[in-house]
Amino acid sequence: MMLYSDLFFWLFGGLIPLAFTAYMVARSKALGTEQDGSRLHSLPGYYGWYAVIWLALPAMLSGLVFSFIHMFGLFSIPAPMLLGTMFTIGGAGLWYALRHIKVDFRARESVEKVTTAILITAASISVLTTVGIVLSVVFESVNFFQVISFWDFITGTKWEPDTAFLIGAGRDTVGMTPPAFGAVPIFAGTFMITAIAMMVAVPVGLFSAIYMSEYASHSARGRLKPMLEILAGIPTVVYGFFAAITISPLIVKAAHAFGLEADYTNALAPGLIMGVMIIPFVSSLSDDVIKAVPQDLRDGSMALGTTKAETIRHIVLPAALPGIVAAFLLATSRAIGETMIVVMAAGLRPNRTANPLEGITTVTVKIVEALTGDQEFDSAFTQSAFALGFVLLLITLVLNIVSTIVVRKFKQRYE
Amino acid sequence: MSQPEIFTDARMRKRMRADKRFKFYGFAAIALALAFLVFFFVDIIGKGLPAFQQAEIQVEVHYSDATMNNYNNGVDRQYKSLVSKTWLRHIPNQMRDHPELMGQNRVEWVLAENRVDQFLKGHEGHRLKEKYQKLINQMQEDGTVRLVFNSGFFTKGDSKLPENAGILASAIGSIFVLLLTMLFAVPIGVMTAIYLEEFAPDNRLTQIIEVNINNLAAIPSILYGLLGLAIFINFMGVPRSSALVGGLTLALMTLPVIIIATRAALRAVPDSIREAAYGLGASKLQVTWHHVLPLAMPGILTGSIIGLAQAMGETAPLLIVGMMAYIPEAPDSIFEATTVLPAQIYTWSSESLRAFEERTAAGIMILLAVLLTLNAVAVKFRNRSENTW
Repeated sequence: MMLYSDLFFWLFGGLIPLAFTAYMVARSKALGTEQDGSRLHSLPGYYGWYAVIWLALPAMLSGLVFSFIHMFGLFSIPAPMLLGTMFTIGGAGLWYALRHIKVDFRARESVEKVTTAILITAASISVLTTVGIVLSVVFESVNFFQVISFWDFITGTKWEPDTAFLIGAGRDTVGMTPPAFGAVPIFAGTFMITAIAMMVAVPVGLFSAIYMSEYASHSARGRLKPMLEILAGIPTVVYGFFAAITISPLIVKAAHAFGLEADYTNALAPGLIMGVMIIPFVSSLSDDVIKAVPQDLRDGSMALGTTKAETIRHIVLPAALPGIVAAFLLATSRAIGETMIVVMAAGLRPNRTANPLEGITTVTVKIVEALTGDQEFDSAFTQSAFALGFVLLLITLVLNIVSTIVVRKFKQRYE
Repeated sequence: MSQPEIFTDARMRKRMRADKRFKFYGFAAIALALAFLVFFFVDIIGKGLPAFQQAEIQVEVHYSDATMNNYNNGVDRQYKSLVSKTWLRHIPNQMRDHPELMGQNRVEWVLAENRVDQFLKGHEGHRLKEKYQKLINQMQEDGTVRLVFNSGFFTKGDSKLPENAGILASAIGSIFVLLLTMLFAVPIGVMTAIYLEEFAPDNRLTQIIEVNINNLAAIPSILYGLLGLAIFINFMGVPRSSALVGGLTLALMTLPVIIIATRAALRAVPDSIREAAYGLGASKLQVTWHHVLPLAMPGILTGSIIGLAQAMGETAPLLIVGMMAYIPEAPDSIFEATTVLPAQIYTWSSESLRAFEERTAAGIMILLAVLLTLNAVAVKFRNRSENTW
């Protein structure tokens, strides 16, 4: 029994030496047609590539078609036969290509056309990703919003989906409270943690940027910047572990010392750590815009007798403000969408509170919770994850677009 | 000689103090961030280092019929709860593989239970019973208990028993996923960037695509998990938890990073080089392939390495496509259920046993070492190839 994974191996394992042979054969054939007085239209290598394209492209395309047929379960043919078919089609292509090779055949033009087509295909895949994300999230959310109205979802204050999966499982739910999907307490949690994170990241990030761009020497800046950027390179699952195992107990102890009660799933620990994580986002972007403020402005200000700090506060920062705001917005969108830190260190219970020592939950935690259990995919509970994702997508897109526009305006002013 | 009036003026002194204070705030901010970094690394290393050692105890092993029937007879009663269950269970298999062992009593160093391990390392919360603590102290005096290098951590897969859990399966899973990500994301990303930068006409559509790609780079990673679940698993039928679906999902996530880096690298190549090549009669593709790409290569490599390092540390989208299952064996193919290093760290961190905590930290140390090396390589590449045209 030949497995489909073996099929890939044989296809590529067979295609590479074959392609090499095709290249050599076609090239030498092209050189052979060259006679006194007549020269090949293109460089000999292009005739080789022409043959390779005609060999590999039909073979791979037919393979792709077959695997799509297989995937949608229309019918499946045994792997060896499939392999044979693909190589036959490839062989036919090669034969066709070899017949074409003549002295005046414009091989380079054909090869370049195909190459451009491949480049366009690659670019479309990248664009389709965006469309795919939007569509996949929107489709599932639409299903969800047919059951629960969008308005209830956005303004409801109760998140009690416990009975939803019973309905999904076809269980009798008479006498039970219907599931409630009010997202307000969940978004409240997300905004609380984001706010804590920004309270850490904005002052530390902004002052770091000011120090690096206005005070530090060139070499010190070269050393400090990569060190700060390590903070952004640490995986979020590591931050999550650190927040849950080290910071959370510290906060509980500290709160106890002040006579306060703190949950182990308090909002402060993930918020603080998330703030540390996004310091480099704020500092790098702010650093760039502060450096982009023209030196003339500083010189003009200093000439009037201000101190350096006054120049920075009253001249440089206002001039750089749009860029700093953009950095702030980008960092916010990063914090809102952050998942692992809150999954590991924040709680599961939706909670509308202003006390950062209490346990709260966030949008991303609920998405993970809904999609990692052994639930039927069609239940309203799992679909609620897509609805939450939809709102998350909207928020981050708006933040990004606004920050892009702000940065563009800023650049236009000084360039 | 008295100082000029301007320096003695009270208001001026105040302004000077404010000036110094402001500079100090900047310095303090950086110091704070770096202090956190130091605290973080010290904490993780302090927690993780003990996991590279593992307790072993010396016991007499009875290879007998009684052991064959019930592995609990393999060691004397008092040691039964001190040795690792996985090792005990393995004795009958070993006897089947080596029939000559039958009837022998041999003194061997064997893997100790995790509570013994934690007790020996002096961790609180080891949960070893009082009478066993005494026994272990006694054995320590006799020299029949020791801490050795924990090679099992690198040669074993996941296990529910901490003394038997290692990172091998997840490390292999990570390599599988990363190779797939590289295979999909790097060619498509680089080709997209080449098309957009060198071939595409400069019109509204291209501008929209550009804005689109910049937005993609800032979308929260968990949404890529939703995409992978909806499209790859539910629509295309790729097996859940497989390396394939993980690799595809991460590839889509890495794509914008690679595209943006490649475009920046291509844009940095000055037009004079293109024009010189055109002047010699090269076609558009030849100009790109022979002249622009080689010059942009270091930048493309740097961007690709950074993108892949990001993908390697990513967990959230992989949780959504099901890569957090308990998988003790390394996968054989890209269609089998797999786990990856960050997901393994996540599952270990939610285990309650104290011994898993140090293993989680040790796993983090390995992951960070790999990621920091990758990033350092990328930065080296960039610095060495920084051309000024």
